[in-house]
Amino acid sequence: MKTNIDVLTALQSGVPGGYSDLVTRRTGAVVRMVIERQINGLADGTVVFLDFSHIGVLDHSCADEFVAKLMLPLTREHPSHDGYVVFNGISVDHLETIEAVLETHGLALVVQFEGSTQLVGAVTTEERACWQLVMLHGASIPETVALHTGVPDEACRALLESLARRRLLRRDADRFFPLGTAPA
Amino acid sequence: MTSVITVPASLDEESFEQVLDQLAPLPADAKLLVDARHCRFATPAGLTSLLCLAQSRIEKPDFAPPTDENVQSYWARSAFFKYAEELFTFRGTVLRPRAQQNIDAVLEVTPIARNEDVQAIVDHVKDRATHILTTKLRLEARATMGFAMSLSEACQNVVEHAGRGGWVAVQVYDWTKRRVGRHVVVISVADAGQGFRRSLETSRARALAGDRWNDGEALEAALTQGHSRHAEPGRGQGLKGIKGYVHRYDGSLSIRSGTARITKLPSWDTGEPRVEGLSPFTGAQLQIVIPERAGDA
Repeated sequence: MKTNIDVLTALQSGVPGGYSDLVTRRTGAVVRMVIERQINGLADGTVVFLDFSHIGVLDHSCADEFVAKLMLPLTREHPSHDGYVVFNGISVDHLETIEAVLETHGLALVVQFEGSTQLVGAVTTEERACWQLVMLHGASIPETVALHTGVPDEACRALLESLARRRLLRRDADRFFPLGTAPA
Repeated sequence: MTSVITVPASLDEESFEQVLDQLAPLPADAKLLVDARHCRFATPAGLTSLLCLAQSRIEKPDFAPPTDENVQSYWARSAFFKYAEELFTFRGTVLRPRAQQNIDAVLEVTPIARNEDVQAIVDHVKDRATHILTTKLRLEARATMGFAMSLSEACQNVVEHAGRGGWVAVQVYDWTKRRVGRHVVVISVADAGQGFRRSLETSRARALAGDRWNDGEALEAALTQGHSRHAEPGRGQGLKGIKGYVHRYDGSLSIRSGTARITKLPSWDTGEPRVEGLSPFTGAQLQIVIPERAGDA
């Protein structure tokens, strides 16, 4: 299941003034809480597309409070909620800020940027290769990914499990799916 | 007895040191007359620092405004008098601001006390900043986003760390006859709060520095090493973001706090990256200078 959340609507519902910029830690915390409430009300496994199309400035402090603290509870060993998040409608400036914040916390995120789906943040070359293979092939088992990436089977399985735990792929039994693609 | 503090004829971040030098030997409760009668030029850094000076005094200082009508008019349009009248006792009258806008002001002197102020400031300057950056400074349109982000982070530092409100002003200058040789836009943020050294007193940087801990070390820890008084990961990113922005556009970033100043120098500035042993400044001054794009359009 997929759903869209307009970040501007979340901002304007939590912060008075009709602003369109995500600036200050306080604003980041307010917007995060608005969005967390919405995500927590969704069915397990739902992929939430956060739409930044109408957002102007995103500063580092706000991104740290909003993006990093939104993702951290979802990526724990025992996550707060079985939810997935994809950012779309982001600008190159948003992307730079988001990447810097993700790197600081060792996080990664799936974003739709300039027409393509990308993996950004703290990922290794091997993790990226496995993730891209699943994006290209769709639902994949570890052996298929291992065959095409050259990563040994067991290492590949561990990488895919890690990517799923970090909410960058979805897992259903032994298969791994790109975010936004419903399990067959 | 009242001590007279003479404001230099040209008041900017450098010449404000002369004001601080005059203040240094005086006790905190000394009665002051800040004499700006002969001042002919002031930058945002000069104006915001004067407001901080008043905030830092135990007794409300007196203030003699510039006598030149054009200078008064500029200070009025920059909104300086609007706030100075609350912080100083004026000796002499000042002009009311005319309806006309200061065309080179991207943002008049504006108080920063709460997060809401920062949100409103960013919202207010975006369109004007875009126009100035793309026309006078001939920068790409996306420079606006980094500019607004830097402005936001600089103002947030006051709200989060200073312990009291501060001031911001943004202005465009023709510096073709000065060291950079181009137009520049200058962001000045100043506060009379606790300063970087006290703010970082409980930080890891303080523990690591040991006996070397002073204002210069505190500025170095914040600007170069990204230390914050908050230990949680992700803190200290604001100044890092500003540094990245000024580096991209060959701008400068300087912070003056306590008895030290630290500057991330651009290619056109041959100044000292770190200066210590200055007269004390209560709080902090932060200045960002972004120059016009070099070369032909």
